[in-house]
Amino acid sequence: MTPMENFNVEEIRQDFPILREQVYGKPLTYLDNAATTQKPQIVIDTLTQYYSKENANIHRGIFCLSEQATKRYKSARHKVQEFIGAAADKEIIFVRGTTEAINLVVQCYGRTFLKAGDEVLITHMEHHSNIVPWQMLGEETGVKLKVAPINDRGELMLEDFKKLLTDKVKFVSVAHVSNALGTINPVKEIVRLAHAQGVPVLLDGAQAVAHTPVNVQDLDCDFYVFSGHKLLGPTGIGVLYGKREFLEKMPPYQGGGDMIRSVTFEKTVFNDLPYKFEAGTPHIAGVIGLGVAIDYIGSIGLERIEAYEQELLKYGTEKLLQVPGLRLIGTAKHKSAILSFVLGEAHAHDIGTILDRQGIAIRAGHHCAMPVMQRFNVPATTRASLAFYNTKEEINRLVTALHEVTEIFQ
Amino acid sequence: MNGDIRELYQQMIMDHNKNPRNFHAMTDADRMVEGYNPLCGDHFKVYIKMEGDTIQDISFNGSGCAISKSSASMMTSALKGKTRGEAKALFEEVHKMLSRGMGEPFDAAKVGKLATLGGVCEFPSRVKCASLAWHTMLEGLEPTGKQVTTE
Repeated sequence: MTPMENFNVEEIRQDFPILREQVYGKPLTYLDNAATTQKPQIVIDTLTQYYSKENANIHRGIFCLSEQATKRYKSARHKVQEFIGAAADKEIIFVRGTTEAINLVVQCYGRTFLKAGDEVLITHMEHHSNIVPWQMLGEETGVKLKVAPINDRGELMLEDFKKLLTDKVKFVSVAHVSNALGTINPVKEIVRLAHAQGVPVLLDGAQAVAHTPVNVQDLDCDFYVFSGHKLLGPTGIGVLYGKREFLEKMPPYQGGGDMIRSVTFEKTVFNDLPYKFEAGTPHIAGVIGLGVAIDYIGSIGLERIEAYEQELLKYGTEKLLQVPGLRLIGTAKHKSAILSFVLGEAHAHDIGTILDRQGIAIRAGHHCAMPVMQRFNVPATTRASLAFYNTKEEINRLVTALHEVTEIFQ
Repeated sequence: MNGDIRELYQQMIMDHNKNPRNFHAMTDADRMVEGYNPLCGDHFKVYIKMEGDTIQDISFNGSGCAISKSSASMMTSALKGKTRGEAKALFEEVHKMLSRGMGEPFDAAKVGKLATLGGVCEFPSRVKCASLAWHTMLEGLEPTGKQVTTE
């Protein structure tokens, strides 16, 4: 049986109420999953249930609701631990999202352990959130940013990466999957190479965790970061995984409640992991919602999701290449279901507007990866990014609308 | 095809996009102003050569979507030979036309051929594209020193 036959997508679509919506009288065709995924009813219900029946602050109240909320919050941390195969739940830090997780590592690890002249090695396909925080650190401390090149297919040039990995490099920070190109990086090999030089590695898993099984112990990365909202969960919640030895030697990120053991005006003793990095009341509903989203993904199975999305990608690639004048940007051998393209003389925003009137939601622009656009010498691309609730029929709708674009721009 | 889309991307707009008028740098310009919308990437320079109070020549270059480019092209065609005051008045009229429904009605007679840009008001997220060149031009006539953007 092929992955498509083994996967009842129509049944799965019933779990996502927004997929029944119409836009300009057309059924919503949601192809912007790399920006944010839609939410299953069970996640939406969890948030409503939490705020209408269970809301209380955690780690504080000696009353029923607070104890329940604390329990659910802790259990979500455990779910995340199991989801990414971490060794302990104290290695899971809740943050606002991928961006905050990277900033936390830059501030707490980078600022403490890197010094002027040290180099941080990234790739040419990073999202701005894995470029700008390092540049800001560099302005302050003199830490330098080194960029490993990518080839015309949008793949990391591993030989050049190895050459750039000199003894000046003290940190490696790389996307697991590129948001603008879909490229899946050889992250296990990257970690192996860096560790051979004693260099720690952060992997940006924002575009990976909802599409492929991840095991941080198998990858052996030192940090792994991702957002809940790209994983069917609420916005405003994300995860920083860090190996215990790293998190323990890093200073806290922010000061405040929950992250302390004792406070006097003379001295504060910080709390243990993970609380040391979670100052203030966290996004409790978001954490609980994320736990439910992870359960939901687990009930379908990431192996099945991956197989189905790969089949959709293959179908979409073939169909798009039949549109006259269409050029795919990002044709890596190992790719996630992201289809970034340019189409003749039509600018991405004009394409976006024309597709929008057909109810098709795609992303047009630089995808917060301006260096990728510069590398391919295009001002912007149009990007269709797929999820496991998308269908071949939706790809057909996209292709029909693109023919309309070529008609207008002929 | 969707009617609003047909209205937006009508022939005259597509013609200005494909064959933009006054699409070049001007070495002896009195004013060169840059307009840039960083989120969407539309990026143009507008060049103005004045003779007394009159726009003797105006041109533009850069890159952007069909809406921003054709709007810039039509603007340069419309403003050549106009006085500073006339150019400002036309800016106001076009501004009213693009933000129709929110402000006062515009005067169709005053905007003339530029009325083809009027379809943009049905696409609120694209008004910033159509208005970029106009704000860039205004900064050329009345410099404030601020970076020009319509986002």
